[in-house]
This record gives sequence, structure tokens and C-alpha cells, in this order.
Amino acid sequence: MITVQNVTKRYATKMAVEGVSFQVEKGEILGFLGPNGAGKTTTMRIITGYMPASDGTVRVDGFDVFENPIDVRRRIGYLPENPPLYVEMTVTGYLRFVAKIKGVPKERLDSEVADVMERTSITDVKDRVIAKLSKGYKQRVGIAQALLNDPPVLILDEPTIGLDPKQIHEVRQLIKDLAGKHTVVLSTHILPEVEQTCHRVIIIDRGKIVAVDTPQNLRLQLQGAERISIEVQGPVSEILSKLRAMPGVVDVRKIADIDGRHRLEVEGELRKDIRSDLARMIVQNGWGLYELQSSTMSLEDIFLKLTTAEESEKQNA
Amino acid sequence: MRNILAIIERELRAYFNSPIAYVVLTIFVFLSGLFFRSILGQVMQMALISQMQAQQLGPRPMDMPGMISRGFLSTMSVIMLFIMPMLTMGLFSEEKKRGTIELLLTSPLTDLQVVLGKFLAAATFFIILLVSTWIPMAALYLYSSPASGPILTAYLGLLLYGLAIVAIGLFISTLTENQIIAAVISFGAIMVLWLVDVVATNAESPTSKGLLTYLSILSHLDDFMKGVLSTSHIIFYISLMLVGLFLTYRSIDSLRWRG
Repeated sequence: MITVQNVTKRYATKMAVEGVSFQVEKGEILGFLGPNGAGKTTTMRIITGYMPASDGTVRVDGFDVFENPIDVRRRIGYLPENPPLYVEMTVTGYLRFVAKIKGVPKERLDSEVADVMERTSITDVKDRVIAKLSKGYKQRVGIAQALLNDPPVLILDEPTIGLDPKQIHEVRQLIKDLAGKHTVVLSTHILPEVEQTCHRVIIIDRGKIVAVDTPQNLRLQLQGAERISIEVQGPVSEILSKLRAMPGVVDVRKIADIDGRHRLEVEGELRKDIRSDLARMIVQNGWGLYELQSSTMSLEDIFLKLTTAEESEKQNA
Repeated sequence: MRNILAIIERELRAYFNSPIAYVVLTIFVFLSGLFFRSILGQVMQMALISQMQAQQLGPRPMDMPGMISRGFLSTMSVIMLFIMPMLTMGLFSEEKKRGTIELLLTSPLTDLQVVLGKFLAAATFFIILLVSTWIPMAALYLYSSPASGPILTAYLGLLLYGLAIVAIGLFISTLTENQIIAAVISFGAIMVLWLVDVVATNAESPTSKGLLTYLSILSHLDDFMKGVLSTSHIIFYISLMLVGLFLTYRSIDSLRWRG
């Protein structure tokens, strides 16, 4: 549905996005993850045709953003980072204006506006002036605006920013419901958001893509191996040698000694759960087992690892 | 066309939903009444003097309604210089400040439609102002019978002149996110176009003098006020308007590139 090829955006003084390529399939929810200033907004603005890329091409539903901008824009609903609201208008007045410039036919105008208000649960404030609404409502008016004219592609820049936890939950649910029918690209710097809503994640840092995968795969791939930390009592050298000989164990390291107990870190093979084998081995040998805990990395760790790995690479270079 | 209409409608609603339309209209109507009255007084005094002179030198014809309408509409053109920046200051600067420009530029609208919509909205408001000057003019028609020819050409001149100023103000509002700055720069730019006339009188060479006089935005109104329609003046205002619109269009394009 969306093909981004080798897109680069240069500003006078800096490179905002460099050689970014990816594809989004129809009906997919793609998450853009990265720290602030990583190039998420710039990439999204290029896809929507708000700004042209310095290099590279973007196609949406087969139309080139640069050559057929109007065809592309007709297919995209876009929520910019700051919802583009005319705050002196009422919610209905504003949505009717957006519907008109998006080319919703006159006879469908009222039903279309009523429909998006229903979907974003803002019907109760339809006659209020936007300036007087809470941040959460304003954000939802912004989302409603993007949904007008039922565009096949939705680009949402930080859709849950400024919402309270209940509203965040509602918006995420709304986005999930959109999948299948719509292709969604959303950006965020909140990690759980990506894990909960997206089918695929692109991690972007300093204008470059550092990883693309499903949230689950990304975790596995980066983890490399299953890591288990244990606390045992017994002869340390024997424990170490016996554990190392266990099938499925890659490495065992001693981390610390506490009151005659030993804290060890066992690294198992990828996608193999050795926790019960490990416990049996310890108990059978008559050692004391005080603690056994697997330490999976959260996407947060992965994210930090990826973006900081880049950093140290740069320092080495 | 529907797109342009949607923008015009929103823009006019914005004028009338905020105090700006009412403040501008009130001040303008008040000032036009005030100046009409003072011009009326001046012309009456001149008539009295000329009547006294007529007793010694013989009767001389005097076109009182013509003098009043000419004096009044010329004054209006100066007042418009001060008021127009207030109509155009927010057109693009507010969109930039509030981020709504991103909505307009990612909607299925061409940049030209956006520019024309904004221009026509401000032009519509300007025409409302122009129409409001018919109130004192109606009084003139009620109590005298002025020659309609010069009044019609004067209004045509004012219309073209106003559209040119709107286009310049529109362009300047694309340059900043701050409406006040847009208003001040527009005001400065219009003042320069007005005052080149004064510079022209002191100019050394005849070429620069001619050029500076040509650039003066008000000097082109004189003939319209006198009832003379000249293509060169019409072309001057229309070119100024087109330059303003073209610069606006280019400025929006460069806004996209700079982000």
C-alpha cells in the first residue's frame, strides 16, 4: 500500500532522514518508534506530501507522492503531531469544513461527519467550540478529522499524546479496529503502545532505520539468548561445571557471592526454555535453590540497546 | 471551485466569529462618516468664499457634489492603507502558528486553490468595506445630483487598488507565524509604495523620477477619481495583484521545502 524507497531529507544544516526504505502492506498497522527528533515526523510528512523528499520516492496505492500529489492526498487521512484545529470553530463546523476540502459529496456531508464523531466518541461535544475542549477531546477531534472520507491509509503522528490512560486505551482500541480495512502508520516514543497496537515496528534513530520487525521477533532477535538468573548454595566450582555441561546451556557466569550463596547468570539457547531442567539439576545435586528468574528484555531495553549501540559505533569510528 | 468556496466560507466565518471583523467595520464606518462630514464642511466653506468672490469677479461654476465625492473617496483610499493589513495579517501566519497549514497542504487541494481561497475571502471582506462607503454617498445622492461617471470610475479604481493591497498583504502573511509582525510589515510595505511619490519629487534624474512616480500606489488612483479610465493604471493594479499572488504561491511552495 505504501512503498518508501531510499528517502532522504536534507535541511540546510542537517540530515533529517537518510536513505529510509520500507513497505507497508494493506491492512497493516506499522509503528514508527524512535526518540524525539529521530525523523519520524519528517518521514510521515513526506508520505503525506506535506513536504517533498530531497531524494528517493514514495508511492501510496501506486501513486507517486511527487507526481500525483492530489491522488495520494485523497487516499490519506493525516493526524499531524499537533492536531490541526481551527479552535474558534465548533466541532461540527470544523469537521464539515474538513469534509468539504476532502471532497466528501454534499449529500453525504452530514452523515459522514456524524459517523466519524460517533467513531471517536465526540458526539457529545459536537456543538462546542474547539478552544473550550479538553486536550483529550481536541486530540480525538484531530483523529476524527483524519478519518473523514474514509481514507484507505491513515498516518497518525503521536496519536495518544496528551491523553489520559482511559483515553489512551480507547484510542488504541480504535486504531486496532481500523486495521484490516485501513492501512495505518503511527509514530510514538511510547514503547508499550507499539507492543499493544502494531503488527510491525520500525525503529528509527537519527534519520536511519535501525530495525524492522514484529514486536515479538524484534524481542527474540535482539535478546539473542534466554537469560536466567539463579541464586544457589553449594560448592561453586562443581555447580559451574555441572551446569555448563547441561544440554541447552550456552554459558554460566558467576555474578556475586552473598552469604555463602552464589548468584549466577545462565544463558540458554535461543527459544529454549531450560528453567525446569535447571531447577531439577540443582535439586538432584542437593544444592540449595533460593531464586530462579528469567530476565526477558523489554522492548524498551531493545530500543535502548539499538540506539545506544549505534552511538558507541559512532564513537568507535 | 467547491474547494475554493469552502476556504472562502471558513475564512469569512473566522473574520465574523472573532472581534476583528466588527472592530474593523466599526472603525471604518465611523471614520468614513467623520471624514465625509469634514470634507462636506470644507467644500461648503469653499462654496461660500467662491460666492463672495463671484460678486466681484462674476459667477464661476463649481461642481460641489463632485468635489465632495472626490475628496471623500480619496480619503477612503488612505484609510484603507491603514486598515487593510488587519484583514490580511492572519491569513497564513495564523495557519502556520496553529499548524492548520499542515491540514490545508495535505488535503486534496492544490496550492493555487488555497491561495485563491484566502485571497478571495479577504477580497470579499474588502468589498464589504467598500460597500459601506455607500452610506455617506447615498446622502450625497439624496441631497444633490452628482455626476455618476467619475464616481463609478473612482469605485473601480478603489476596487483594483484594494485587491492589489490584499495580494501584497497575503504574501507577507506567508512569511511569518506572527500576525502582528505580518501587519507591521504589510503596513510598512504599503507605506513605501505610497511614499515613493514624495521621494520622486526630489529625484535627480528624470528616469528615476518617472519610475518612482509610476511605482506610487496612490498616484494611479488620481485619474480614476477624475473619471478618467486609463489602461495603464488598470494594468498597474492588476500586475501588482498578480505579483502578490504569484509571490504567495511561491512562498507556500518554499514553505513545503523548508518544512
